[in-house]
Amino acid sequence: MMLRFSQIQNRMGRLLVLLIPYLWMLVFFLLPFLILVRISFSETRIGLPPYTEVFEWLGGLAFEIKGSLVNYHFLFSDNLYLAAYANSIKIAAISTLICLIIGYPMALGISRVKGQVRTFLLMLVILPFWTSFLIRVYAWIGLLKNEGLINHVLQWVGLIDHPLPLLHSTFAVYLGISYSYLPFMVLPLYATLEKMDPALLEAAADLGAKPMQAFLRVTLPQSLPGIIAGSMLVFIPSIGEFVIPDLLGGTDTLMIGKVLWNEFFLNRDWPLASSVAVIMLIILVVPLVWWQRHQQKLEDQSQ
Amino acid sequence: MTVLRSANHFQEPWTSPDEDPFIRIENITKTYDGEVAVNDVSLEIYKNELFSLLGSSGCGKTTLLRMIAGFEKPNNGRIIIDGVDMTNVPPFERPVNMVFQSYALFPHMNVEQNVAFGLKQEGLAKSEVADRVATMLKRVELESFAKRKPHQMSGGQRQRVALARALVKLPKVLLLDEPLAALDKKLRERTQFELVNLQELMGITFIMVTHDQEEAMTMSGRIGVMNGGMLQQVGTPSQIYEFPASRFIADFIGTANMFEGVLQHETEDGVFIHCPELGHDIVVTRRGAAENGAPVNVMIRPEKMRINLEGDPSQGMNNLKGVVKDIGYLGDMSIYHVLLTNGRTVQASQLNFQHTQERKITWEDEVVVSWHADNAVVLVQ
Repeated sequence: MMLRFSQIQNRMGRLLVLLIPYLWMLVFFLLPFLILVRISFSETRIGLPPYTEVFEWLGGLAFEIKGSLVNYHFLFSDNLYLAAYANSIKIAAISTLICLIIGYPMALGISRVKGQVRTFLLMLVILPFWTSFLIRVYAWIGLLKNEGLINHVLQWVGLIDHPLPLLHSTFAVYLGISYSYLPFMVLPLYATLEKMDPALLEAAADLGAKPMQAFLRVTLPQSLPGIIAGSMLVFIPSIGEFVIPDLLGGTDTLMIGKVLWNEFFLNRDWPLASSVAVIMLIILVVPLVWWQRHQQKLEDQSQ
Repeated sequence: MTVLRSANHFQEPWTSPDEDPFIRIENITKTYDGEVAVNDVSLEIYKNELFSLLGSSGCGKTTLLRMIAGFEKPNNGRIIIDGVDMTNVPPFERPVNMVFQSYALFPHMNVEQNVAFGLKQEGLAKSEVADRVATMLKRVELESFAKRKPHQMSGGQRQRVALARALVKLPKVLLLDEPLAALDKKLRERTQFELVNLQELMGITFIMVTHDQEEAMTMSGRIGVMNGGMLQQVGTPSQIYEFPASRFIADFIGTANMFEGVLQHETEDGVFIHCPELGHDIVVTRRGAAENGAPVNVMIRPEKMRINLEGDPSQGMNNLKGVVKDIGYLGDMSIYHVLLTNGRTVQASQLNFQHTQERKITWEDEVVVSWHADNAVVLVQ
């Protein structure tokens, strides 16, 4: 069938719109990641670059692959890394839960008010983004340190004699992550709760459900997509978080982002650091793919 | 208009002084930010009635219904259901269920779970819940749709789920908020039948809100017409149509030809009303509440007017001369718009009882429009 010129133009336009972001992802995500994977199979050496070549060109069409799994083997044999992964997952999971517990009532509250108040409250949720992330984390140092605001106030009130060791603790990391990522939980939750037909709650009440029962049987199940989206948005970046554990965490706060940084910049062991990064990505991608499949199944079922 | 009520429903509890009303609405007033939505409404509804609240949008009918359901609290007045004051009882403790205009089905539950929701809330045994849900689904002919989700069903099916979900609780009163508004015409007519049948079968009192007068007329035992937050008239469909209490009701329900005049005097021949715009008197048999010398409206329904090609004006009838300007052919009947000599237009309708394509009366014909003195209603201005 002949395509008219306008149709071709239309298709080209659509292709272009799709192509640009994919090209962007290819150049700035996929290529660096492949380089990282390649480095993770090399071995460290002193020099420039600080790792051995994985592919060696022998002339003509012949290549020699000199990859080694030594980094991965090391990673799984040293408890430090496994503990760091486990701890990162734990900290990210607990922070996600904290965000959910704080964020859900917030989102519900915002979705229940009307007009200007709602716009104002939403703006307050987004407001922290107007300041640099780094500055906000530094601000917490000022609040948490021994001579900081919180300790000062507590001592002045007379609740404590000596300053509490708030800064450089796992507690500070939970605080920092929950604080920083809370908007990412509130916004998707708000989006799903706001879409809910208020008549559904009236129907639930009409059928004999007290407010709490109506919440559990109607509101909560309907906001599940928002809960999952928000949790993903908090959990995934929290796992690899570096700045917060570095600035607020103590020596005992082991997180994989910090380990990664140390391997790259202190030990200058690029191959090992690369393999740490590759494993982290796998840890993140596997649950994502599982979720995607699960969603697909749900959609297929309902059709 | 079809009458869907069956013979055993011709008993009229509201005419019997011994009968106690099932629902008493006493002096209910509701204001929103100073705007009066419902203004001092009192109403008594009897057991097993199918009662309609009729009015245009914003007349307060839905607000009144929502106050009976418990979603809104009246500023003033009481609502008593089956002898119990419900004014301050929350909706989840009222023996009342509602069919919402949007149906408000729970989208994450299938039909069965939707219908079972209310029964589970009562804490009934699983087997009893399952039994009652199955019986109810059968009654609304949805047994094969039990596992469907609401979004997989048509509007008519969703409406029946909403109905089943409310009725399965066997409420003392079922409230219906524009239950048929979202359905197309044919389906709406069929559903009207089904609703009335269901109401008679289950013996549950229905209170329905509608803006569709035909729907209210065909389905209800009694109608309450609301306007501007006030209850204008309560009565059977024929009472409201034939004996409207005010000019508003006469205009709102059906079509009305209206003449303004002053009531003169009453003789053996009838009540004489001087009508300046016609230049002569109109004779009626009933004067209503109007006194001598009172300014009144005389209302005649189009189907009560006879239309004839010019001939001898009928004796004992009110006659008006005019010219046919417009004909609305509806199949079963035709509506003639007749321009009177004084410049006014009246409507007269006539059944097309002859099987013919020809018109006896056509455009620009000179005609006489006449009506019997018995068929006019006098309304005090």
